[in-house]
Amino acid sequence: MIQNEKLADSGRCGEELMLYLHIPFCVKKCRYCDFLSGPYPQEVRKKYLKALMEEVRHRCRELSEKTVTSIFFGGGTPSLLEPEEVEAVLGECRKYLLIREDAEITMECNPGTADRRKLLGYRKAGVGRLSLGLQSPREEELRLLGRIHTWDQFLETYDQAREAGFDNVNMDLMSALPGQNLRKWEENLSRILALDPPPEHLSVYSLILEEGTELFEMKRKGLLCGELALPSEDEDREMYHATARILKNYGYQQYEISNYAKPGYACRHNCGYWTRREYLGLGVGAASLLGEKRFSNERDIRKYMEDPCAGRQEEVLDIKDIMEEFMFLGLRMLEGVGRKEFRMRFGKSMDEVYGDVIRKNCGDGLLVDDGERIRLTERGLDLANYVMAQFLSQEDG
Amino acid sequence: MTHIDQSKIRNFCIVAHIDHGKSTLADRIIEQTGLLTSREMQNQVLDNMDLERERGITIKAQAVRTIYHAKDGEEYIFNMIDTPGHVDFNYEVSRSLAACDGAILVVDAAQGIEAQTLANVYLALDHDLDVFPVINKIDLPSAQPQRVIEEIEDVIGIEAQDAPLISAKNGIGIEDVLEQIVKKIPAPKGNPDDPLKALIFDCIYDSYKGVIVFCRVMEGTVKKGTKILMMATGAREEVVEVGYFGAGQLIPCEELSAGMVGYITASIKNVKDTAVGDTVTDADHPCAEPLPGYKKVLSMVYCGLYPADGAKYPDLRDALEKLQLNDASLYYEPETSIALGFGFRCGFLGLLHLEIIQERLEREYNLDLVTTAPGVVYKVFKTDGEVIELTNPSNLPDPSSIEHMEEPIVSAEIMVASEYIGSIMELCQERRGRYLGMEYIEGTRALLKYELPLNEIIYDFFDALKSRSRGYASFDYDIKGYEKAQLVKLDILINREEVDALSFIVHADSAYERGRKMCEKLKEEIPRHLFEIPIQAAVGGRIIARETVKAMRKDVLAKCYGGDITRKKKLLEKQKEGKKRMRQIGNVEIPQKAFMSVLKLDDKN
Repeated sequence: MIQNEKLADSGRCGEELMLYLHIPFCVKKCRYCDFLSGPYPQEVRKKYLKALMEEVRHRCRELSEKTVTSIFFGGGTPSLLEPEEVEAVLGECRKYLLIREDAEITMECNPGTADRRKLLGYRKAGVGRLSLGLQSPREEELRLLGRIHTWDQFLETYDQAREAGFDNVNMDLMSALPGQNLRKWEENLSRILALDPPPEHLSVYSLILEEGTELFEMKRKGLLCGELALPSEDEDREMYHATARILKNYGYQQYEISNYAKPGYACRHNCGYWTRREYLGLGVGAASLLGEKRFSNERDIRKYMEDPCAGRQEEVLDIKDIMEEFMFLGLRMLEGVGRKEFRMRFGKSMDEVYGDVIRKNCGDGLLVDDGERIRLTERGLDLANYVMAQFLSQEDG
Repeated sequence: MTHIDQSKIRNFCIVAHIDHGKSTLADRIIEQTGLLTSREMQNQVLDNMDLERERGITIKAQAVRTIYHAKDGEEYIFNMIDTPGHVDFNYEVSRSLAACDGAILVVDAAQGIEAQTLANVYLALDHDLDVFPVINKIDLPSAQPQRVIEEIEDVIGIEAQDAPLISAKNGIGIEDVLEQIVKKIPAPKGNPDDPLKALIFDCIYDSYKGVIVFCRVMEGTVKKGTKILMMATGAREEVVEVGYFGAGQLIPCEELSAGMVGYITASIKNVKDTAVGDTVTDADHPCAEPLPGYKKVLSMVYCGLYPADGAKYPDLRDALEKLQLNDASLYYEPETSIALGFGFRCGFLGLLHLEIIQERLEREYNLDLVTTAPGVVYKVFKTDGEVIELTNPSNLPDPSSIEHMEEPIVSAEIMVASEYIGSIMELCQERRGRYLGMEYIEGTRALLKYELPLNEIIYDFFDALKSRSRGYASFDYDIKGYEKAQLVKLDILINREEVDALSFIVHADSAYERGRKMCEKLKEEIPRHLFEIPIQAAVGGRIIARETVKAMRKDVLAKCYGGDITRKKKLLEKQKEGKKRMRQIGNVEIPQKAFMSVLKLDDKN
């Protein structure tokens, strides 16, 4: 019983809640994308939004005592929504939940899908942070990735966003693309940093070829060679470390494995995932963490639209699961995990549970321990999965 | 009571080249005959069958008794004994043959005679069995039954004009086979009133009944209460039950008399008391001398078997003991490896046998195994006159104390379609083969005769043969003897540490090539570590090949979409799970399958 009380306590961080809203539509599937998204006709979009509103009503009512600190519209391409639709969804949330005045409200936006009118509308609806899916400032790379926009179209959207008053803008970039090398990648970064004003936040991902995507098929057929050769692991890492170095010179701080921000602009929503804050995911396939339970919604969009509250999978976490998550999620943050916080949440010392793993990885030069916090080293960032896996317990000896 | 009428019993087996349809024909024979005589039907045996069913004893379909109502109006008892088709199991075939009076030879109507057809027929004739041929798969478009009949008469020299033309798969001509069994297989002989003399041709272990002995009664009678003596082991027991083989069940009966095939249980708990090939007699009225039994089988291929989890060593020992009961050709003795800890050096008839045993241990006994590189038995002649039979490469004495070494040689017969003769000869040449001669079989096919070192054929010769002849070659071999050879021990060093479990003996001329391939293969198998790992091959301390597993450079998942933590955790768990199938040697983790990798060196052929 005592353990259960602690569980409940450790699961909740006050009465705060983050919201994630999944908008699975896009104009066209990109060649690298394995997210739950795709192009859908207008009438499906309408039907989906109706279902989403229904889920908002149903789920938010259950959580009405909570205060929302951040909202994230993810996709797909949420900027396919009309401002009125965004307003309607946010309005529905407000009916049941208190959305804090200073809540961070982010919307993902793809260049070529939003114009001045829409951007102004989103701003009016309360969206304060824009995340632009640029991926690359290079035309041939944009084409290779199957993006629908050009660099010029991006510039237009970027200017419009600034004009509309967005002063907290992220850009997604991809490194280790076919045909890319360190020099080309550094040029890409320079182009971005030359923007006026430059973005407040950058998310930089190495390309991963996921099964079922067009690029994966191209690789399987041997098409990614010559001019389109994939960079080696060594080159990939060079690009990664160059990114941190260059961005640091430009006043960005790396706060997570793939995220960099000007001081004060780290994405609160994103950090919330790694520090195990509670979040409610709404929409098809969306994931939630509530108390000691993780949920994931129905992944079939037709079934979701029929009954948006059915088909939600539930996973109950025990104290061991929560400790493991605390460690392996926390280590994604460059500030790492704190001993004091661990003891506060779990009532025992981190070393009692993970002392051996911490010592071993410090010895291997993958973790650094300053007595208060444990962090990944530069090498540890390269091998994060290898380190994190060691914090999982062996199920059967 | 009166004994069963011997003239109404037919004990036979089916022999064939692999894939010529032996098992399918066996299934049809069981289907088209009954399991009980009409007399037995009235004797409430059915109850006993139910009892057997409750016990749930399942026997591999190696012997079955069926009842056939022949056209002459009589009921015949058929005891059909299964035989393996593969070259590795000649020994198994021979022990089944000893329990029979005749054999059906199945030949594929399209393929004709193959190497194992010949080998198995000769084996049957050696046992003085009457053999009659059956031409199977006559419904295939490429079937040429008349050609195959002539081939049988020319090559084997047995009468084949009235051979049943059948399709076991489609049930064509089965009646004809059944009638010929009655007419062409002789009835057993032997006097039911003489002292008991029965040949053990197989046994299995059952946790309720103890050891179940499968035997063919040659002379005399055995029933419940008979005090029996195992003549080779000297074990004495009282019979608890006798019976015969239903389809998948053991069916108890009152007695087994001369000419019958069946089983005996006698609460034999110690598996060592029973040996396949031994003679069972009546302890009170023993027979004068035992049956010839089988020639002691020699293991051809040896390897080390180790439990992946060291704590499972006793489980592995028990499993081997029980398996040996059912498979007398399996040999094992304890050994230790620096790399792998406690395990067993095991001897097998061939590589397929090895793989089957390994699979049975893993499946039936739920063991996770590490297998070391298989090798043959070498003779080491030392300068001091001592001769060592070397089964484990690690035990090779210091080269300075070795006068010379000898390796086993086989005489091989390869049957091949004429157009592939060239490529097969090339293969034999590569494998240090000595050409003995060639015979044409009716113009389109040839029988190639070679002498080959056994260690050149145990790994992948069979596969290479198949791929270089597009499947149109078959192969059989016999051990010929030992010959002097220039042999060396190839050692593998991982991260500068010698791994004894990976050492093997190889001909000096191919040491470099094998060493290089071995390093390449291990490089593929060993995952990247935090540090660089050199993999080296060495002969007598001299490095002859090297590869490097580079240090791990990247292992990180960049994106984590919409808070889908469960998916990320599953990924990490999978990664962790993978580590469990590794063996730690020094500070390097080696996947279990790497120890078998020496086997697959030539798979790019």
